[in-house]
This record gives sequence, C-alpha cells and structure tokens, in this order.
Amino acid sequence: MDAILLQILNGLDKGGAYALIALGLTLVFGTLGVVNFAHGALFMLGAFCAVTVQKILTISMKVKDESITFFDAYKEQPYLEIWFGDFGTAIIDWSVPISILLAMPIMLLIGLAMERGLIRHFYKRSHAEQILVTFGLAIVLQEIVKSFFGANPIPSPAPGIVSGSAPIGVLLGLGESVVYPWWRMIYLLFSGAVIFAVFAFLQFTTFGMVVRAGMHDRETVGLLGIDVEHRFTIVFGIAAVVAGLAGVMYAPILPPDYHMGMDFLVLSFVVVVVGGMGSLGGAVAAGFLLGILQSFASMNEVKAIIPGIDQIIIYLVAVIIILVRPRGLMGRKGVMED
Amino acid sequence: MSIVLSIKNVDKTFGGLHALGDINLDIEEGKTHAIIGPNGAGKSTLLNCCIGRLIPDSGTVEFDGKNMIGMQPHEINHAGMVRVFQTPEIFPDLSVLQNVMIPALAKRDGTFKFNAFGSLAAEKGIEADAVHILEDMGLKAHIHKHAGSMSRGDKRRLELAMGLVQHPRLLLLDEPTAGMARHDTNRTIDLLKRIKERGMTKIIIEHDMHVVFSLADRISVLAQGRIIASGTPDEIRGNPKVQEAYLGGAEL
Amino acid sequence: MIVPSIRNDWVIMAIFTAVVLTAPLWLTPVGAGYPDLLQKFAIFGIFAIGFNILFGLTGYLSFGHAVFLGVGSYTAVWSFKLLTMNVLPAVIFATLLAGVFAVVIGYVSLRRSGIYFSILTLAFAQMSYNMAYSVLTPITNGETGLQLTMNDPRILDGPAGQGLPSTTLFGLDMSGYAGFYFCAVMLIIAFFISLRIFRSPFGLKLLAIKSNQTRMKYTGFNTRPYLLTAFVISGMYAGLAGSLMAITDPLAGAERMQWTASGEVVLMTILGGTGTLLGPLFGAGIIKYFENIFSAMNDGRLHEIFSFLPDWLENIVVAITGEFVGDGWHLTLGLLFMIVVIFLPGGVVEGIRRANGFLRRLVQSSGTNTATLAAEKE
Repeated sequence: MDAILLQILNGLDKGGAYALIALGLTLVFGTLGVVNFAHGALFMLGAFCAVTVQKILTISMKVKDESITFFDAYKEQPYLEIWFGDFGTAIIDWSVPISILLAMPIMLLIGLAMERGLIRHFYKRSHAEQILVTFGLAIVLQEIVKSFFGANPIPSPAPGIVSGSAPIGVLLGLGESVVYPWWRMIYLLFSGAVIFAVFAFLQFTTFGMVVRAGMHDRETVGLLGIDVEHRFTIVFGIAAVVAGLAGVMYAPILPPDYHMGMDFLVLSFVVVVVGGMGSLGGAVAAGFLLGILQSFASMNEVKAIIPGIDQIIIYLVAVIIILVRPRGLMGRKGVMED
Repeated sequence: MSIVLSIKNVDKTFGGLHALGDINLDIEEGKTHAIIGPNGAGKSTLLNCCIGRLIPDSGTVEFDGKNMIGMQPHEINHAGMVRVFQTPEIFPDLSVLQNVMIPALAKRDGTFKFNAFGSLAAEKGIEADAVHILEDMGLKAHIHKHAGSMSRGDKRRLELAMGLVQHPRLLLLDEPTAGMARHDTNRTIDLLKRIKERGMTKIIIEHDMHVVFSLADRISVLAQGRIIASGTPDEIRGNPKVQEAYLGGAEL
Repeated sequence: MIVPSIRNDWVIMAIFTAVVLTAPLWLTPVGAGYPDLLQKFAIFGIFAIGFNILFGLTGYLSFGHAVFLGVGSYTAVWSFKLLTMNVLPAVIFATLLAGVFAVVIGYVSLRRSGIYFSILTLAFAQMSYNMAYSVLTPITNGETGLQLTMNDPRILDGPAGQGLPSTTLFGLDMSGYAGFYFCAVMLIIAFFISLRIFRSPFGLKLLAIKSNQTRMKYTGFNTRPYLLTAFVISGMYAGLAGSLMAITDPLAGAERMQWTASGEVVLMTILGGTGTLLGPLFGAGIIKYFENIFSAMNDGRLHEIFSFLPDWLENIVVAITGEFVGDGWHLTLGLLFMIVVIFLPGGVVEGIRRANGFLRRLVQSSGTNTATLAAEKE
C-alpha cells in the first residue's frame, strides 16, 4: 500500500509536467490546426528563464574573505547580498519562484512572435511541412540556448525552506517510509492550479467561448464575422506561457539542459495522442495517467518481471492506443482521421 | 433478362434520421437504370451502400448473386461494380493520362501486384486504352496536363473516363453531368448512349430530367428514403404520385 | 509531362555511374576528394534515396527510419564478430534484418496515416533507442557501443593474426579508396533500383496513393500492401546504409537510432527535393559536405578567412559566424531546415528548375525584344 501510494505520488509531478506541455500542444492543434514540434523547446526556454534569473541574481563581485585571516583570500559575493544583506540572500534563495514573474511576459512575447513570424504562414500547409518547419525551429532554439549556457545541465535549487521532504506518510498514518519532496508537491499543486486557470479561462470568458467554438468549427465561427485568427494568436501565446511555466517550475526537479525540450516533446506528443488530438481534458488525464504508469514501470518489482519496461512503457501504450482507439481516450470523432 | 444487381430490404439510419427504408431494387443486365428524387431523398446514400463506403443497417446488396455487404471497396471494384463520383475524385498531382492509366492498371494487376521493375514506358497496351477513352471524352488535348489544374467540367469527364476504362459490368454514375455546360452535357449523353450500345449496365443518379429521359430504360423514384415508384420513363412520366412527391404537381 | 523512354533511363544510368566513379577526381577541387568523406556521401545518399521511396512516392513521413540504420550497423558488426570480416555477408544480413524490422514496424504503423503514422514510427524509434541502451545491452553493448574484440570467434575466418582485423572483400582491404568504391557500387545499384521503381507501374501507383488514397481504394487497389512494400524497401535501404557505416568503421552505437538521426534523413530528402530521383542524393551530399567543413572550422580558421577585413569588422564577423560553425553546426542545420521548408518546399532540384525557367524566360524575352526592335527598324 505504501509502495503504491509512493509510486502514484512519484508519477504525479512528472505527469503534471506532461499534462501542462500536452495541454498547450493540443490547444494549439485544436485551434490553429498546427502540429507544433517546437512546443518542447518552449518548455525548455521556460526552464532556462529560471536559470537566467538565478544567474542575474547571483552576479557577484570579488570581496575579501574575512573568515580567512592568515592571508588575503577573496571570494565571490553576489551584489544582492552586499547591498541587502540577508534579504538579498533570501531573494537568491527564492530565485526559481521569482523567475515566474520574468517567465510569464517573456514566454508570452516568444509565443506571439513565433505565431506571428512563422506558424501563421503554415496554417494552410500540410501537417508534414508544419512538423518539419517547427522541428527546424526547435533545433535552432535549443542550439541557441546551448551556445549561451553550454551543454551541461545547470542545477537550479528550490528555495531552502522547501528543499526537504514532506513526511506525508506520517500525516496520512501510513508510516514514516512514505516521504515526498516538498517541491514536487508544490509542482503538483502548481500544475493543478495552472490547468484549472486555463480551463476556467476557456470556460467562463467570452474569449474562451469563442476559442472553444473555433476549436469545434473554425469556418462557421469565421463566418460569424468574429476575428478568429487574432484570438488564435493569443491562444498560441497562452500555450507558450503554460509550457514556459511548466519549465520554470520543473527546473529544481530536473536541472535544465538544452535538449530537455526534445525529450519532453516526444513524450508530450504521445500524451496528446493518447488523450485524443484536440481534447484538452484528454491531454490532462493522459498526462497524469502516463506519468503514474511510468513511475509504476520503474518499480524494481515490475522491472524484474519485464526487464526494460520502464524505458518503453509510454510508447507502448501510445502504439496500442493509436491502433485500438485512434481517437484517443477523449478525442472527438473525425479529428485527423482519414 | 438476368439481374446484375439486386438490392434487398436495405435500411440505413444516421442518428435518428431514417435515410433509407426498406429499399428493394433489381437492375437488369444491359439496362440503364436511373434513380431520381428530390434532394436528401437518399440517392447518394444508396450508392454508397452499394460500393462499400457505407454499410447498411440491414438488408443485402447482391451483385452477380454475391452479397457485397462488408466487402472492401477494392474488392467491390474488382467484382465489376465501379462508381463515378459526383465531386471529382481524381489524382490531382498526376497527369490526365496517368489518371486513366491507374484504373486500367487496377483492372489488369488486381488489388496488389509488385511490378516495381517493369517499365511504365513499356505499358503500350494500357496507355493506348487510356488514350482511346480520353479521345472519346474529348480530353485528348489535355493528356499531359496536370489533372488538378483542369476545369471542373473537364475533371468530371476525366472521372467518367476513369470509370469507363475499367469496362465494368455495372457503372454507377452519381450525377454525371452536374456542373457541365449544355453542350458538354449533350456530349456526355451521346457518349453514355454509345456505352449503352456496347451493353454496359448503368445506374444513374441525376437531377437533369433531360439526361434521365434520354438515357434511362427504367426509372426509380426515391423520396424520403423510400422508393415510391419504379417503371419505364413513360410510366413514371404519367405517375401522379411521382409528380406529387418530386415535382410538386408540375407537369413533366 | 512526358513518359520517359527506356533508352533515356540507360543513358541516365551510364552518366550516373560515370559521375559516381569519377567523384574522387572532380570533388578534389572543392576539398571533398578523400575516401572518408566520399564514403559518407555514398552512404547517406543511399539512406536518403531509400527514404525518398517512402516519403517522396507515398507521402508517408516516417520519423523512425534511423532504427533501420541502427539495425543495419549492429547486424554488420555482429557478422564481423561471429562469421567473417568479409563485407558481403554483413551487407546482406544487415539489409535483410532491417527488412524484417521494417515489416514489423511498418505493418503496425501503416494502420494509420498522416501525423498518427509519424508518431507511431517515432514511438517505435524511441522504444528501440531506449532498449538498445538498456535491456538489449547484451546485443548492443549499451553506451559503449558494439565493437570488435580479440576474442570474437569469426568462425569463417579462422584464427586471427596480430591486432584487430580490418574489413575486407575477399581479401581486399576495405580501407581508403577500396572502401569508397565498394560503397559507390552499392550506391549505383541503389540508385538503379530507385530509378526502376520510379519508372514502374508500381511507382506510379505509389504516387497515386500519395495524391488520393481514398480514390485508389475505389479504383480497385488494396493500398496497404503497396505502402508496406514501399516502407520495407526504404527500410532495407537504411539497413544497407547502416551496414556500410559499419564497414567504414566497425562500431555500432545506439545514438545512430536517435530520432534526430531520423530527422537528418528527412532534411536531406526535402533539401534535395522530395519525390525527385536525384534530389535526396544532392541533399545528402550538401549536408555532409557542409557538416564536414563547418564542424571542422574554428575561430582561428575564421580569422584567417576574414583577415582581409578591417580588424574591428573582422572580430565582429568572426564572433557572429563562429556561432554557426564547429559545435554550432547544428544551429546552421536547424536554420537550413527552416529556410528550405519555408522558401523552397521543392528543394534544390526545384530551385534549379526555377532558376532554369527564369533564365530561359530571360533569354526569350531579350530575344523577343531584339526581334521587336528589328521589326521596328524595318
């Protein structure tokens, strides 16, 4: 029982990341009809927003190290600490949450620029061409990041106060063996909140209503004289922000490197397909489902029965779903079918 | 007279809508059988049930005594039942000649043949067949054109050529002259008459009464998913029920 | 569009053969006339030509063709380890086994079309890649990669002499130009088969499937076996290419199966011209040529190149171009990818055709101009 709960918890935070990326991917697909292979790169850019903020906050000057007295030693000390003392240290400690403030406008801008500059011209072209051009864009983005930040993963720690683990086993009366890192729990709650916000936005605003109508039947909405394209640009921006936020918050869990976007992209596509192309609820459900499934497959007991299952489980599920139920778990009829 | 196609008790509903109800129809060998009826009467649905695009809820479609229900489209094609589509379903990226060579190859090669080392340039027989049909259709001048770049009327005729080149036992024509200019329509009627002389059986769905009465040996009238009358053109012309349902009482 | 004659095809083959076999001569002036690079041209040319048989003729975009490349390499190295250093069995086994893999993956993936097909092939590629790194380590030797050792049985070769043996063709050492000519002959055969397929009724049917698959079904064709055949043929081409890589360097690693490798062959094909006979070969050549130049370049070399500029400008230019060479080659590749898809979806071949048409029109219009002038004078 403990082990099962633990695996579910372990799967949830990864599932949260899958769900957030897949949500944007399927939103863009459902509204703009574009298959965006650069969506993973947006996740990666988000994570590097956290890295950038951390780097900026820790810009340092050389100061004399007072703790060493018998010769002149120097150490790097961030300006923030020099100027603000303990408050500065606290700001640096909280760099990941702070970077959300930077990430939101930046990701929005990147998203709008991408849609205006590139994606827009590919609405009418074939899915193959959309895949190819966004694949090229993904390579370009990740190589730019690589040339700025290098090829190695950059650790971006969570604030010290939440760096430990929550003794949720004790809280739930399951024994002390069940612990769950605070940050992962925060990530889970955070992704839940973002998902909720996106759904609420689409459900309760006029803007969201038009977008949903557009997803359902673009031509008719266009005929009503509503400027759908303009709204779709904003939808793309929202998808970029969501992917970026997923990336920012994921930085303490997985030290960002330049190719993390590609890794997550392939998985997120699988998530979208399993959930059903163009289905928002499906993407979220499939994201969490596959996250948990993957975490179960990584259990030693499971691996002992089927070696290597943890490496392929998600793809295997995708293959089976596409063959048995091409619409995915919650996909609408007729989306992308021949 | 032998029966080529026999449709028995075919029913089809979409959601709650009764598209076809208890259709019974026999098509005689060598005859041209027209199916007419107002829009939404179920004419295209009936054709789709015959060629395997739709599967009826119940009933059988027997071609040459064999039930076609549940067979794949390509199997039905090889049984000898070929459909000419209403909206041109051509190969837009191929040349006009190639468009007609493809069905000719299908007739010869069957559903699958791996002839990757034969040369297309050596397929003189297939090419001659295709050119001949295209000549008949008045498309000779276009044979090296991109099929996708042709006018709609030309596409319709190409579509017809693609059906004819297979020399099917039964040709199903879905409004073969829709969207054609008057002189093209007449030309198509002439062509279809000539085919008739060769003994090809046809089912025609048509709105144009001029076309129907110049070609059909028998006419069935479909209204709201049911056959309300069947008979020779003269019988149909004089049938008050038909005039009521289809023509709103106007004289034919 | 004119139906090509059989005699024309033989002329094309003769020219192609001559051009490939003399490549060491005419590629020397551009600095590509050495065996290693020439061999790469041939190998990736085969890979891209094969990929084009699937993507170019049927329009099915596979994102998993690198699997077959990897399978080919692993098989070849195993053939070297277990049987003999002779390259012929390696090539044959690799091509066949890649074909078997293609039958399995193709059979499943082709049950869907469009983007679903792409994702299915991608899923299979990722599965193969992950498994090659983990559970299949006994076969693939995991991260280290599969290589020759002194303890390999090599039952057909008998006891080995000193050091690791090299690959041979019945005793002829496959290093240097011999290796290139072996790959070149394979390329010529591969191109010949591709040419025949393009000119065959089978090829026309594949094109028709690309153009309108539904219509194909109502025309009496069972399209799935056609697609599967094309998929398997292109998979076997990839297997052949993979085995040739192992001949050059008897080492096989899982990274050869990564989906970025699948992406590379897609790029080669579209860069050259999807669905054209020679395009994919051009694409492979261009990419491998520039990869060779660009990735070997560094700032020092750039300074030499731009030394004619004033110092301050030189530094700026070097700083900018430096991002695109060396490790930055992938950035150039990504940009190239985008530029081709955006501006030249028909690839290089289409570009040449357009330029040709433009020139012809230019010549014609200037011709008519002179004619009008002459007429006016009279």
